[in-house]
Amino acid sequence: MYYMLLIYECTDRPQPGDPGFEQALERVNAYADECRRRGVFVAGDPLKKASTATTVRVREGKTMLTDGPFAETHEHLGGYYIFDCRNLDEALELAAMCPMAQTGSIEVRPLDHIPGLTHGVA
Amino acid sequence: MTDLAAAAVERVYREHRARMLAALVRVLGDFELAEDALQEACSQALRKWPRSAVPDDPLAWLLTVARNHAIDRVRHAAMARTKLEPPREVVPMNDKQLIDIGDERLSLIFTCCHPALAEEARVALTLQAVVGLTAAQIARAFLVGESTLAQRLVRAKRKIRDAGITLEVPADHLLPERLSGVLAVVYLIFTQGYTTRDSSLRQEAIRLGKLVASLMPDEPEAIGLVALLLLHDSRSATRYTDSGDVVLLEDQDRSRWDFASIDEGVRLLDRALRFGTPGPYQLQAAIAAVHTQTPPNWSRIAALYNDLLMLAPTPVVALNHAVAVAMADGPALGLALIDEISDLDHYHLLHAARADLLRRLDRLDEAADAYRRAQSLATDPADRRFLAGRSLELGNR
Repeated sequence: MYYMLLIYECTDRPQPGDPGFEQALERVNAYADECRRRGVFVAGDPLKKASTATTVRVREGKTMLTDGPFAETHEHLGGYYIFDCRNLDEALELAAMCPMAQTGSIEVRPLDHIPGLTHGVA
Repeated sequence: MTDLAAAAVERVYREHRARMLAALVRVLGDFELAEDALQEACSQALRKWPRSAVPDDPLAWLLTVARNHAIDRVRHAAMARTKLEPPREVVPMNDKQLIDIGDERLSLIFTCCHPALAEEARVALTLQAVVGLTAAQIARAFLVGESTLAQRLVRAKRKIRDAGITLEVPADHLLPERLSGVLAVVYLIFTQGYTTRDSSLRQEAIRLGKLVASLMPDEPEAIGLVALLLLHDSRSATRYTDSGDVVLLEDQDRSRWDFASIDEGVRLLDRALRFGTPGPYQLQAAIAAVHTQTPPNWSRIAALYNDLLMLAPTPVVALNHAVAVAMADGPALGLALIDEISDLDHYHLLHAARADLLRRLDRLDEAADAYRRAQSLATDPADRRFLAGRSLELGNR
């Protein structure tokens, strides 16, 4: 089963040049390497800050744009991974190993598979 | 013949329900489907066994019929849904393999107690799937509406299916944590039976604990938990007066304790302790065992609470430790320990214990204040009456 790990960060991630950036990068790369070694890695990317988000809605043919993310929650979505796991236990274990779990929160959601859907990794 | 056949169905179901359900959930990956299939197999047996004969292996017969029924249902649902898609693959297995699955009850228990489910759902699902209580019985025992409980069960079963929680015993490196989750569910069921004075629920918890311990014979904490439950339960007849008032341990009529349970508990505790890895349940059982002796050795109890405090440093354990120290070494030392505890100001027993020690130190005004505080925080009517009585003994202060 495919699982998406949605990474909600509670702190700003270090940028290149910041103290601790190299170490953080090393940790995240080591994590992805371990996931590849286990044969579960499908995809994974960081997202730019929530302040860069624009939310789109089309109502009665009119496109409406809103500055900012959809959910006005305290913690914003900061990135994701998609893993192909044997079961939820494996996905939860990988989420707990993720360096971002140390400071943020990781929501683990199975990808759905809809009969007849022509795309999607699941 | 009809009665005989019906009795045979009933007996196989009663004795092997959890085992059959576990085997079916394992193959089908879906609780609701497995339950429906098992029901269907039983009603087919009730129709067919009287006419033919009770099969040589009734268990195998029921499982085969249940599995075939489930596969048919999945195929039909798939065909009705879409023609674009082949039916969802049910694990292909011949009849022989299904029967050879053997005893998957332990996997069933671990799945029902999975930490990805809410705690109340774990308790309800374990009681339904493993113990075999109905939703109505569970709702009554936990004082919730039946529809709320039914929803809780359905949500848990669908999460198991849809989120990919597989029916299996966790891998070795996850086992200690997951086992302690299972034991916590057993303990929760027992404490519910303890607070609501529901002896049949306590008995179910003990039976469930014994099942876990027998399926994991090398886990001393599982054995220790059963010992603890037996020792607690042995005193249930004397905890309250006939009119429902609290009776303190030292005032209880020991002749009415259940000594068969005490013996069994102590024997199991000895077996657990021989593993040489005492955990929180074993220590609590050891404390309960010392309490059954006359008079209890309070220095020993204080030492055991001290060990427990190392393993489980919670404020409630610290309070119990302080009370044991007060009994062993005098109220002044105990009171000093209680006053070091933080985060427990809302707990009525902390104030009740303080009140008792202040009374013994002859600080009666402070004792009266503490009793009043305890009484205002207690929720159980019997506890409130007891505290009011103690307060009254001190007179108006």
